Amino acid sequence: MIETLLSGDRPRSRVLAATLAAILVCLAAAPFLFPGTRALDVAAKVCVFVLLVASYDLLLGYTGIVSFAHTMFFGIGGYGVAIATTRMDPTWGAIALGTAAALVISLALSFLIGLFSLRVKAIFFAMITLAVASFFAILASQLSNITGGEDGITFKVPELLRPGFRLLEEPLLGVTIGGRLITYYLVFCAALVLFLALLRAVNSPFGRVLQAIRENDFRAEALGYRTVIYRTIANCLGAAVATLAGVLYALWLRYTGPNTTLDFAIMIDILLMVVIGGMGTMYGAVLGATIFVVAQNYLQDLMKLASGAAKGIPLLPDLLHPDRWLLWFGVLFVLSVYYFPRGIVGQLRAWRT
Amino acid sequence: MSSPATGADALPQSRIDFVPILLVGAIALGAFALIRSPSTWVTLTVAGLAMGLLIFIMASGLTLVFGLMDVMNFAHGLFIAIGAYVAVSVMKIFGAAAAADSFAANLGAIAPALLASIVVAGLLGLFFERVIIRPVYGQHLKQILITTGGMIVAEQLIHVLWGPDQLPLLRPPTLRGSFLIGDIALEKFRLAAVVIGLAIFVALVLVLNRTKLGLLIRAGVENKEMVEAMGYRVRRLFVAVFVTGAALAGLGGALWGMYQESVTVLIGAQMMVLIFIVIIIGGLGSVGGCFVGALLVGLVANYVGYLSPKIALGSNILLMVIILLWRPQGLYPMSKQ
Repeated sequence: MIETLLSGDRPRSRVLAATLAAILVCLAAAPFLFPGTRALDVAAKVCVFVLLVASYDLLLGYTGIVSFAHTMFFGIGGYGVAIATTRMDPTWGAIALGTAAALVISLALSFLIGLFSLRVKAIFFAMITLAVASFFAILASQLSNITGGEDGITFKVPELLRPGFRLLEEPLLGVTIGGRLITYYLVFCAALVLFLALLRAVNSPFGRVLQAIRENDFRAEALGYRTVIYRTIANCLGAAVATLAGVLYALWLRYTGPNTTLDFAIMIDILLMVVIGGMGTMYGAVLGATIFVVAQNYLQDLMKLASGAAKGIPLLPDLLHPDRWLLWFGVLFVLSVYYFPRGIVGQLRAWRT
Repeated sequence: MSSPATGADALPQSRIDFVPILLVGAIALGAFALIRSPSTWVTLTVAGLAMGLLIFIMASGLTLVFGLMDVMNFAHGLFIAIGAYVAVSVMKIFGAAAAADSFAANLGAIAPALLASIVVAGLLGLFFERVIIRPVYGQHLKQILITTGGMIVAEQLIHVLWGPDQLPLLRPPTLRGSFLIGDIALEKFRLAAVVIGLAIFVALVLVLNRTKLGLLIRAGVENKEMVEAMGYRVRRLFVAVFVTGAALAGLGGALWGMYQESVTVLIGAQMMVLIFIVIIIGGLGSVGGCFVGALLVGLVANYVGYLSPKIALGSNILLMVIILLWRPQGLYPMSKQ
């Protein structure tokens, strides 16, 4: 059963298996284990980013192509739902329509970009996607009558998902069973299902071809695989999942704006999560996203303490300033590219043997 | 293919492809037909040339580094940002001279500022090549990742050293305002940028085409192994080119900061997008292509910005797509790609 669910791709390390199980349990029972809105926000963000990072890992870790346009697809999903629900009534139909439209746009865009630039070197693709994504971000902030510009769009969700909605009159185990909880479980379940689907994809014959392309595209081509087509399909698949992740995130926040989806800083975050967690394994996405999002929300408190403690020493308080937490993750990123190219997951697996 | 050799040991000269250069002229003329007002057209053209040449200053090193060693540095924007920030600091030191209303005093502030930008960015380039790039030669994927990582760390360090706020970088009085010739207004700073940019382009072309060093660099771009087989150390050449590229990016950053009159840490990342477009249009590794590409991007951005501001944002991407449809490897494709 579990073997089938994981598509035969076992964690292959006891520590890793235990960590993954712990993360799964924590996320599944988050509303009951960690009361409070902030904790639930963090848990939902972890779910969304696990999915987003896993879809990025499909490109970076499995196929060996670097794209800087992943946030663009993430944003298309978010804007799709936001625009559809504000233009029409906030119904499930509107959400479905917005999602479908966003998926179509994402697939078309990723297909075009792929055909255009995946024939040549990895660097070329990285540069083109960077240019296209930055153009898209400017476009979204300029077309303010459609996208709400820098302010973004705050939208209404269907009755069932609204915070005011109550499913049970009485709280269960001290937790209100209402719209927020339902939204959280919607996000959680969708992310889990899509993650398992991605796991299925990378362990299929198709996934093996992608890995062959990553290892040696020339040889893969010589074996008779049209590498351009496989790369383009991987690009489209990654874009589609990123779009769905954007939809989920928008539903959770009930808001879509440049700062939550299209910002280049988020692209950098995704890169950090993939590399620190471990490229070329879907479990790396889980670890990377969890560690990063939790650190993003709680490390700053710790750094505030450390910064206060280091007062009086020159420069050190500035280096430990809570806003500089990305500095330390950047250093960790550079070190892990050099010394642990397979990230945390690779390290855990190496210990076992 | 080649023109007849003039002397006994003269090498066959490769012909210069004039079509892209004519394209620049054609675009300028086409824009004239659309704009119709000569004074506006001259103003826009000068602005476009200034922007293009500033971009060229920043992009030339990156494209050469790629041509020579197949290294793409995604942290090139860092040198731009550092150049701009160093210029802010030095201009602050020479605050009185920079604010004085005399050309000599202004020059006394700007010259050290630009010089400091060049030196600091160059030294940083030396460090960066040694620490970040040397371990990942020949591995494209790791290069992209590691240089992006270096960019993240460096941006944060700039925050630590200079603070997170936007800093003003005011032009000295000599470079403010504009000359009026008839009803044509020419901004002084843009003219200065054109002069500096052209000087650097000419210097680069002379070094590349008239010196032994330039010969080796061009040969290295063409066929690295052969140059090494002749007993030259391409690696050292590469370090020299990398440091020069970083220093030029620093200079470009300082000038661009003055152009915008303010500096934020995002200046590097913003310019990187334009620079990538320029070197893709020009053909990766080609300095001449980089020059023509930069002029195209600068001119088109200004003309389109005037003619229809709505499309202006997409004009660069559109230009890139059109050029790539016409010449998929860029305007001046390098032979080895």
